[in-house]
Amino acid sequence: MKTAVIVFPASNCDRDAQDALAQVTGKAPAMVWHKDGIIPEDTDLVVIPGGFSYGDYLRCGAMAANSPVVKQLKAHAERGGYVLGICNGFQILCETRLLPGVLIRNASLHFVCRPQRLSVESANTAFTSAYSGSSTVTIPIAHHDGNYFADDATLDRLEGEGRVVFRYAAGENPNGASRDIAGILSDNGRVMGMMPHPERAMGGNEGGADGLGVFLSLLNAA
Amino acid sequence: MPDTSAILAHLTATQEEAQGLEHGIKADEWERLVTRLERKPNLVELGIYSVMWSEHCSYKSSRRHLSKFPTKNARVIQGPGENAGVIDIGDGQAAIFKMESHNHPSYIEPYQGAATGVGGILRDVFTMGARPIALVNALRFGDPSHPKTRSLVAGVVAGIGGYGNCVGVPTVAGETQFDAGYNGNILVNAMAVGLADQDKIFYARGATPGNPIFYVGSKTGRDGIHGATMASAEFSEGDEEKRPTVQVGDPFTEKLLIEACLELMATDAIQAIQDMGAAGLTSSSVEMAASGGANGEGIGVVMDLDKVPQREEGMTAYEIMLSESQERMLIVLYPDKIDMAKAIFDKYDLSAEVIGETTDTGHLVLTQFGEVVCDIPVAPLAEDAPNYDRPWNEPPKRTPLDSAAFDVPADLAGTLLKLMGTPDMASKRWVWEQYDRHVMGDTIDSSQSGGDAAIVRIHKTNKALAICSDCNPHYVSADPYEGGKQAVAEAYRNLSAVGATPIAITDNLNFGNPEKPNTMGYIVKAIEGMAEACRELDFPVVSGNVSLYNETDGTAIPPTPVVGGVGLLEDISKSATLKGAKPGDLLVMVGGIGTHLGATQYARSVLGLKGEALGTPPAVDLAVEKRNASFIRDLIGAGLATAVHDISDGGLACSVAEVALASNCGAIINVSPELQGFPASHLHAALFGEDQARYIFTVAGDAENALAQFAEARPDVPMLMLGSITDASDGLTFAVDVRKDQTFSVGLDALRSANEDWLPGYMNTVD
Repeated sequence: MKTAVIVFPASNCDRDAQDALAQVTGKAPAMVWHKDGIIPEDTDLVVIPGGFSYGDYLRCGAMAANSPVVKQLKAHAERGGYVLGICNGFQILCETRLLPGVLIRNASLHFVCRPQRLSVESANTAFTSAYSGSSTVTIPIAHHDGNYFADDATLDRLEGEGRVVFRYAAGENPNGASRDIAGILSDNGRVMGMMPHPERAMGGNEGGADGLGVFLSLLNAA
Repeated sequence: MPDTSAILAHLTATQEEAQGLEHGIKADEWERLVTRLERKPNLVELGIYSVMWSEHCSYKSSRRHLSKFPTKNARVIQGPGENAGVIDIGDGQAAIFKMESHNHPSYIEPYQGAATGVGGILRDVFTMGARPIALVNALRFGDPSHPKTRSLVAGVVAGIGGYGNCVGVPTVAGETQFDAGYNGNILVNAMAVGLADQDKIFYARGATPGNPIFYVGSKTGRDGIHGATMASAEFSEGDEEKRPTVQVGDPFTEKLLIEACLELMATDAIQAIQDMGAAGLTSSSVEMAASGGANGEGIGVVMDLDKVPQREEGMTAYEIMLSESQERMLIVLYPDKIDMAKAIFDKYDLSAEVIGETTDTGHLVLTQFGEVVCDIPVAPLAEDAPNYDRPWNEPPKRTPLDSAAFDVPADLAGTLLKLMGTPDMASKRWVWEQYDRHVMGDTIDSSQSGGDAAIVRIHKTNKALAICSDCNPHYVSADPYEGGKQAVAEAYRNLSAVGATPIAITDNLNFGNPEKPNTMGYIVKAIEGMAEACRELDFPVVSGNVSLYNETDGTAIPPTPVVGGVGLLEDISKSATLKGAKPGDLLVMVGGIGTHLGATQYARSVLGLKGEALGTPPAVDLAVEKRNASFIRDLIGAGLATAVHDISDGGLACSVAEVALASNCGAIINVSPELQGFPASHLHAALFGEDQARYIFTVAGDAENALAQFAEARPDVPMLMLGSITDASDGLTFAVDVRKDQTFSVGLDALRSANEDWLPGYMNTVD
């Protein structure tokens, strides 16, 4: 699997994503500086990492969504390439309209960083096949704007089409997200955005090892 | 174009002693200034003198006492005097760290004050070539019932999170305490730790004449003018009006500045580098000039202030030189590297301009609108700054507290719950959940488990740094010498408790007005106590910060010398936390049964004592500290301990409770006077006493023999079998009189709620 990580100004989980991809694929991903705008042609998976692109100024992900690299990102997605947006990456994917809905300020108004229990809603996706058999996983979250919001019709469609991949465990919604949504898929099932940080849960640190499944699933799929 | 001639006339007008006084230059300092300069200064020059000679920049009250600290050991690469301290952590790598206060700004504008405190300390670390890998903060607020406290907590915590989270450096440890003594002066001390290769460390010193001076980062605005001077004066009512002297942080730019500087540092373009912190362009240029030259003899600097990137129009030389706009660096480049350096900063859309060059004149020369507006020798600004031997009084000795004069409380379970829910002991989850603790992927253990020290892996290795911050201001108030010793010893203990070898400390000395002999006495004795502990424990000071004048309307804060400790774990698999205790494990104590209640959490919260009545703090025996810490480190190294915790605030009972909460288990603890050999009237001291150099640990039930063998080789270390670990559903049961089969029990849920509920409940209350 050939992978790439897009680096925006003030992305700050780009190295973590780089390490996670290298750990799983055995190869270093291409690190793509947003201004250069070039995603290597035969890339299977593009990761948009967490962080505070453009300082979250204006609105999370809004300025990154207008960066030179987004043209090639959209082309990659249109070709059916895989895209994983984590945290700020999820926010950027919503701003580029590659995913529906928007992420607004946490209901508590506070930034929240904690180990988060999630229910895996479907193990029948390119991003979650490795989780088959495990219904609940714990992956850390760290965000100020993780409150997923969309109109009811969109939410119904996402649920009806099996595109809600992760939900916050019942009663443990950390940010007020509609219908406890923590991660969703595009309609072709190739683009996923999620607020929790699987790259921080690859084993050997406080985050645990439950995030590994996302990357192992992609390795199988690509 | 404004009328430059009028501005120039204003800037170059000769100043008199009265104007000096307005700038905080006292009469004797004015004499000194005029003598050294051999004339009266103009306005720009006076402004520069006033910040360079401020307490904040010159350490004029503390310098002679700070020299008592040991600053070297086998691992120290750079001690105090540079931007941060540097220690050797093996394999050609170095840890670079420092702690710094942002107390005054945080009281006036808590969000920005705290945020820029984080930004400033990060710059101190990456200026030296280190990638920052951890942040720690030590916070002290006023009494929870004080009308300002809640909003100050909210603002400071949001500010620290807002900055640290954005730049992507994990905030892994810290402390948050409350006391009425901080009602008018909160303390916000931030520590940053970075990682560098030993052959890629950069210094402010060493610039030679004839090289370009390169300004990078944010543009200069009018914010923070005279911040260093403000930080060198007492507060009085209405000082909230000083808001314009508080800087505004931009963590986005800081993140870009980190990446750009580290990218430039990977080349060989930089001769010397200094961040623009307190006193901005003034202190950065003066410090690089003063420590310049091949042999540190000092050099000169000439700068054209018209070339300084400016955020607003019409700024004068005075404002440009004194601005404390954030996220700026000053670099002396090699002349043929200018284009390459500019290209790197252009990639990140950061301002980067050559604004002057280094000279051999020994003078700081500034021009604006083509005219010289400042021409002063550098040496008197730095080395020649005032260095006072302030008069000081021996702090009063207190009478020890007699534990026997106080009855053992009838409701011991309630007492334990009360202690675990006091503002100082209560869980600070509400605080640290607002900090990203996991970015960078190397956090092995953080505030999340309530441990003694955070454990942060050295990237892509099996080694880790242990990091902690400590001070018990109640001990320092009671006896500054013993309290100073204790702060250092506790850091040593906390690092040892995770299995790390303590290496060095950074300190943040927070005190009141040094011009008052009583306050000065606490400064002197605390430093001497700390110095003794540093010496005996081979735990030197490599960097630090002094924050004086923490005083409002004549009342000083409790003396608060905060210690930030750093230690090394050679093998992460040989570490311990509070988390690993399992049902069936044995519970063991190192050190004797508690006897000391003076100045403790128990004396304050349960006995309700205040001030003098609290008595003396627990004494620190440094030889015992060393011996017991080595026992614990060896125990962890031998792989015997499943969990380790030191015994500090709240004594043995609270220490066991914290392990039970972190490990989610119960415990049976035998503190029966009959069995453990102490008088029944001392049961409260046995449970809640804060005697020093003590730890508890757990070992697997089947490791009893191995433990016995381990202990046999160390007969001088007192070890006491306390009991065993049980299921969470069993809660804690303390056997307090075996003969009468008396016990008291506390359920884990009750304990958790006592510990967890106070802070969120407090913060969510609307006045």
